[in-house]
Amino acid sequence: MQAAKPVSVKDKPDSWTLRVRQAIDRQLPMDHLLPHRQPYYVGSWVYVFGVVTIAALVWVVVSGVVLAFMGPQWWHDSGVGRFFNSLHFWSVQLFFIFMVLHLWGQYFMAGWRHGRAATWAIGVVIFGVSILTAFTGYLSQQNFDSQFIAVNAKDAMNAAGVGAFFNVLNFGQMYGLHIMLLPIGVTILVVWHIVVVRARGVVKPIDPEGAAPR
Amino acid sequence: MDATTSYFHWGFILISVPNLLVIAGMIVLFAVALVAPFPRGREDEDAGS
Amino acid sequence: MKSMGETQEEYYRGVRMVPYDLVKELVIALVGVGVLALAVSAILSSPDVPPVTIAAWAQSDPVDFVTTANGELAGSTTSAGYGNPYDTNSDGQAWGPIAPQKWFGTRIPIDSADMFVIQPLQRAAVGDADLDAALKTWQSATSDQQGKWTDAYGKALATATVTGGNVVVANGDYGPLPVMMSGLLGVAQAGGLDGLLQINGRFYQTDYTPALLFMGDGGYLSAQAEHWNLLGDQWGMMNETGRYPGQTWLWLYTMWYQVPPFTSDTGFLGLNASNADLGIIILMTLLTAALALVPFIPILRDIPRWVPIHRLIWRDYYAPRRKVL
Repeated sequence: MQAAKPVSVKDKPDSWTLRVRQAIDRQLPMDHLLPHRQPYYVGSWVYVFGVVTIAALVWVVVSGVVLAFMGPQWWHDSGVGRFFNSLHFWSVQLFFIFMVLHLWGQYFMAGWRHGRAATWAIGVVIFGVSILTAFTGYLSQQNFDSQFIAVNAKDAMNAAGVGAFFNVLNFGQMYGLHIMLLPIGVTILVVWHIVVVRARGVVKPIDPEGAAPR
Repeated sequence: MDATTSYFHWGFILISVPNLLVIAGMIVLFAVALVAPFPRGREDEDAGS
Repeated sequence: MKSMGETQEEYYRGVRMVPYDLVKELVIALVGVGVLALAVSAILSSPDVPPVTIAAWAQSDPVDFVTTANGELAGSTTSAGYGNPYDTNSDGQAWGPIAPQKWFGTRIPIDSADMFVIQPLQRAAVGDADLDAALKTWQSATSDQQGKWTDAYGKALATATVTGGNVVVANGDYGPLPVMMSGLLGVAQAGGLDGLLQINGRFYQTDYTPALLFMGDGGYLSAQAEHWNLLGDQWGMMNETGRYPGQTWLWLYTMWYQVPPFTSDTGFLGLNASNADLGIIILMTLLTAALALVPFIPILRDIPRWVPIHRLIWRDYYAPRRKVL
């Protein structure tokens, strides 16, 4: 029987599984993913906007799942359905409110410093994809609002050349994008965003010129 | 809630009162978050990690 | 090779760490946001203005309906002269050589006159000899003659009246148009046109393109929209029906529609009201890219350093409290 090869950082192991596990251990060990301490300067309510945005997104998804299960007509004809639509509507409002507050906070903290430019860029992409998701949602309402939004927005889509591929007058397409494809996209992006935040840790305060780093 | 709402018109800016409330509320919330004291945990840890 | 984990250890070397419960924070946030959302939903509900139907349009404003239908036959409506993706009757919006509307072809072919007027009338003409005859007269006439009829009828419709549900115009040579339009109006008011345009010859259907395009050609849909301040020049993109907040996050996108050059006919650098959609989409794409690239853009990335907001956020760091001994 052969002796097991000693595994060191210098040797690349043959096992892909082991290599993946080691990469994860290096990039995001559990105590970085779920730390129970933070730098002492994480002591402002501005830091809370990110997690509150996530909380709002959870409520958007939960209410959306109920609406999707019952079908797109339900909320027009049922009081309970209308309540879940309201929950979905207001959760979305809260989601955008807190996401923008989080953006303001991160901007004034220059949260992209020290190698965090990707975190910032992913955040902007989340903002854009969220707007697209909300847009398909408004188009899926099957009421006057969605009629006029569709008729009006088609001109911008057509002018940009995408109107045939993203037909806002096509309820089936907009609905499918809204309840499945775009939420999957938003979720993947949010998870990625959280992972890079945890992998890098919270950015340090902005230092005045010439000050010694603390 | 399904009646038409009022609008705030200033120069070329035309914004519904509900939208104005949301945006004004966000600015107020951001300002409050900046100044409100944050609950402090026990300081029992050594420097570094 | 330094690993990310070691890098974080190095990054925080010398920094005092304090307890911070992320999971508890998330749970509190979930409960807090949930309570807030549930309460607001219970108290304020959500907007749901019922959709407009072609039937409602034809009943409320028969003159506008007939004017629109006549316009489809004349080829003068928005959809008839739109360009791609519906037809090639126009080049669509362009900014110099940038003309994406033209580039991708007629992928959603819509013959407005045929789809919105002729086909529905052909169905309605079954068992209606007068309508059948009128249709045949129309279809066997030259396009020149058809143009003369739609022209004359369109002018007469400007002063039309409604008597007993019928559109009445001054006497004139309109050929088969009065019979055709009356027939179409009847189908529309009974709800048949909603059905025909939505189903579009199939059984199952989830694509409302024909019905919405036809309604968009008329004045009724946009009159309702103006009532709710949803029109483009009313900052409409941001607004919602009723007393509800709308899409406040679209403020910058809709703002451009309210300002020159996008409001002017002469415009600036080739951008004006007629290609505003294209110009604004290009502008917003560039601005969004700039937002994503803020870390690399001088001045934009330095503003946080100059504006003392961060001194409030990190006030413990900049002016630590001294321990009382």
